[in-house]
Amino acid sequence: MKWKGIIVPLALVVIAQAGAVIYGIHSDSLASPWQILRAALTLLTDGTLWAMMRQTLLAALAGLLLGGGAGLACAIVLGLSPSLSRLFRYPIEVFRPIPSIAILPIFLMIYGFGYRMEIAIIAFACFWPNLIIGQAAVAGVEPRLLEVSRVLGLGFGARVAKIVIPAALPRLFLAFRLAAAVALIVAVTVEIAMNPQGMGYELMSAQSSLRPDAMFAILLYIGLLGWSLNAMLLFAQHRLFGVAAAAPPT
Amino acid sequence: MSRAQRIAWTLASIGVGLAMIAVWQFIAWKKLVSPVFLPGPVQTWRALFDGFSQGQLGEQTLETLQRMVLGWVLASLLGMGLGALIGSSRAARNYLGPTLEFMRPLPASAMLPVGIAFFGLTKSMVIGVIAFGSIWPMLLATIHGFAAVEPRLVEVGRMYHLSRIEFVLKVAFPNAMPDILAAMRLGLITALILSVVGEILAFQGGLGSHILEASRAYQSPDLFAGVIVLGLIGLVSNLLLSVLEDTLLRWRRT
Repeated sequence: MKWKGIIVPLALVVIAQAGAVIYGIHSDSLASPWQILRAALTLLTDGTLWAMMRQTLLAALAGLLLGGGAGLACAIVLGLSPSLSRLFRYPIEVFRPIPSIAILPIFLMIYGFGYRMEIAIIAFACFWPNLIIGQAAVAGVEPRLLEVSRVLGLGFGARVAKIVIPAALPRLFLAFRLAAAVALIVAVTVEIAMNPQGMGYELMSAQSSLRPDAMFAILLYIGLLGWSLNAMLLFAQHRLFGVAAAAPPT
Repeated sequence: MSRAQRIAWTLASIGVGLAMIAVWQFIAWKKLVSPVFLPGPVQTWRALFDGFSQGQLGEQTLETLQRMVLGWVLASLLGMGLGALIGSSRAARNYLGPTLEFMRPLPASAMLPVGIAFFGLTKSMVIGVIAFGSIWPMLLATIHGFAAVEPRLVEVGRMYHLSRIEFVLKVAFPNAMPDILAAMRLGLITALILSVVGEILAFQGGLGSHILEASRAYQSPDLFAGVIVLGLIGLVSNLLLSVLEDTLLRWRRT
């Protein structure tokens, strides 16, 4: 069953290579699989890959922690208080659909190029999934557990740390996983659109310096990074929570 | 909750929104944040109003909307068509599924450089990339919806001697519809983001270049006006789609 999935991409690569060998490629936009592989190896061995990957991952991680953390904090407060969540319902619904890329020029104006601008945009993008899913998760915590915490006389901090977060953890992890995917996508997008660092920028500059082999190699690495990040977090989710986190957010 | 209570909460929530605007006005008025970066709501409103009445904001909004909708419609049609083809054949699912799953997490914007390399920075290239980038949710939702048809429904279809096309139209598509509609929402947001990225890169009209130019010139009221319009596009299109979802999925409510 599993081997069937590999046939189509493999066949495409073989056909592309055969075409390149038979017809010969002298193009600014195409490269043969062999050339792409060679460019990928060069990137890997001369350290370029690590440098650009570190920049992208650092920005993505910082934005994820900042935005996700803020989203989680707001989610807990709003999830525990039905009146607050009703009060903030419309402001949230108005802010949420702002596409993250639209605030790029704002932070570009404030911070200029570099990490801070990129991190701020990623944080904005990661805030919403954590807030929306997290709020639903916290609001869905079994009310009797909260009654228990009241009977035990737990303070707000203890109630959150000992009852709410453990009870809502599977769904909170789901929110984190989605936000992590968003963080990587936004990081690469910001780098492609504007910020001169990281994998997105290297992809863009490989294109503009007419090096299709390097361009496709970087694209391949971006794909691999996104795929393995997703696979790792999915594995962790299944391993840690099983079906508890699998229910789709409604 | 009674009807009156619900209305009261709605009004209170809108009040919170207005209070936030008041805080914004206060910050701008006291210059707690430099006015270069943060214009007041009054200034922003004026920039918005002037932009639409005298400037090019209306034109640019239409341009962005057109690009977004065109790319999204293309992606929806292709996504559903290809999804139906792949989803209704077990062999196609086995052979193509892993490749598609591998490509899904790829940031859609990463296809822009490839598009530029092949076709140059043209308008139709940007629309092509928008379509390609936002096709994934629709494609995968359709495949999944087709693959997950309740076996008893398949048996019913066989009992009625439904042809393959009839089965697709009468059983498989309605079955996949909730997933497809949810995916179309996601796809629309992706299409909007990609349109803006394309406009920022190509620098040729649309709200993307509007906000970029405003930020380069430190015209924060114009910049905020553009961001607000983009937010409104997201908000309104989302609302329209949820209305569509409610109408189309009415049969499911029992």
